[in-house]
Amino acid sequence: MSKIIKISGLNKDYSGKKVVDGLDLEVEKGELFGFLGPNGAGKTTTIRILTTLTKPSSGQVLINGIDVAKDPANVKSEFGIVQQHLSLNRDLTIAENLELHARLHHLSQKDRKERIAELLDYVELSDHADYLIDDVSGGMKRRAMIARALIHRPKLLFLDEPTVGLDAQTRRRVWDLIRKMNCDGATVFLTTHYIEEAEALCRRVGIIHHGKLIALGTPIDLRQKLGMIAVEMQTNGNGTKYEYFPDRAKAAEFIQGQPGAEKVVMRESNLEDVFIELTGQKVLGDLR
Amino acid sequence: MIAQDAYNILWADLAALKRRWLRYLTTTLISPLLYLVAFGWGLGRGINLNGTSYLEFVVPGIIALTAMTTSFNGAGTRLNVDRLYFKSFDECLMAPIKLHSLLLGKALIGVVRGVFSSVAFLVLAMLIAPTIHVGPMFLLGLFLTCLTFSFLGVLAALLAKSHEDMGTFSSIILLPMTFLGGTFFSLSQVPVGLKYALYLLPLTHASLWLRAAALNQSLPWMSFLVLLVFFVAFIGGSMIAVRKMSI
Repeated sequence: MSKIIKISGLNKDYSGKKVVDGLDLEVEKGELFGFLGPNGAGKTTTIRILTTLTKPSSGQVLINGIDVAKDPANVKSEFGIVQQHLSLNRDLTIAENLELHARLHHLSQKDRKERIAELLDYVELSDHADYLIDDVSGGMKRRAMIARALIHRPKLLFLDEPTVGLDAQTRRRVWDLIRKMNCDGATVFLTTHYIEEAEALCRRVGIIHHGKLIALGTPIDLRQKLGMIAVEMQTNGNGTKYEYFPDRAKAAEFIQGQPGAEKVVMRESNLEDVFIELTGQKVLGDLR
Repeated sequence: MIAQDAYNILWADLAALKRRWLRYLTTTLISPLLYLVAFGWGLGRGINLNGTSYLEFVVPGIIALTAMTTSFNGAGTRLNVDRLYFKSFDECLMAPIKLHSLLLGKALIGVVRGVFSSVAFLVLAMLIAPTIHVGPMFLLGLFLTCLTFSFLGVLAALLAKSHEDMGTFSSIILLPMTFLGGTFFSLSQVPVGLKYALYLLPLTHASLWLRAAALNQSLPWMSFLVLLVFFVAFIGGSMIAVRKMSI
């Protein structure tokens, strides 16, 4: 498989503070890649560099073989993006938002009309095409943003926290849409706060912390490195402790040696365990 | 392609404006009509300036003022909101269009709104001051005024770090210009030192040009040239500002 994203030695600093620190990363064509990190880890800055919105301090980024810094105009046709915040034009209807994006990507009038109808159907918004943005729900807005990102048939999709602020049901619906886009051939680069989202969707994940890539692999690989079995122990006044073991036998042996524990839970480890062990942080905030 | 891309940027605003043009027009005409009533009919009744009634004198000034405020706000305030609040400006920056097309499109939004409001006011003003002459030179001046202040709005919006910055800019730059830019009084009536200071304001030159064109007087080409210089400077400033924003 060829690489659609190739990042080498990427650095970005603001007033001397390193936000992205020597990042090396490759994403293959057709992959659904998860980019995880605590708040302020450098995820959004990395995406902003990849999507031509921020200049890197040093390093190289190639999107589908095109150097982002040297040829931003051509790179812009290669990707679509769903930003973390609502970035639709609120003076326009859903269909007009798609039309604007199609115009900016130089689709012909005939192609625009067909593509808008096709995408509204794809994200199940055909019945709401003529609604103003402020008149539809958060989930519909998010789906409209996804449709907009797809309008010019990009090879690569950046989804920056695509389900933030959505209820559980809508989130599942967006997940289905992300899987569908990936099955239809788009490479997806996803950042998310929701670890279960990355676990449910991504074949491979990278974890960034203080601007550095500290882990990279499939969710199973990362869990195996940590230990497939987790033991949670609640002890008097000391909070909950976590231990990880390669198998249940070793975990059971450990539990037998802990008679003082108030409550002990043995379970399969998950990506969130990996994340917390590596970063020392919950996804939404610092525990320390 | 540059013109097409700029039009595509403008297209979005035209679609929105089409939906609520009446509300927009009503809102933007309130201030100039109040100025017209207060200064033209109220204070200025019976005043004669260089052989012209004050009403005829003040109407072109109010048109210049309307062109300035509606163009500046049409381009600048909207861009500021798109950039800092809705974040939809990022979507434009990520589109495969040249930055100068993007800026031109954003400025044309102000031009359309400025011309629309100014012409609407002009139509109303001509009912009470029918001697106003609207010829090609007047329209050319009006267009250049709208274009100049639209790009000033774009520049201010690109430099602003918050919505308050736009308000501050309006208070410090636009508000003094509103009253000092040769709109309501003749520059021949002010002390020499102040007069030279007022010649540094782009609105002064817009007022001088529009007034001369509207009253069929000899055209102040130097004012047209100065307005052009401001226009080019604002374009240049906007280009530098937008280049700093993206790769």
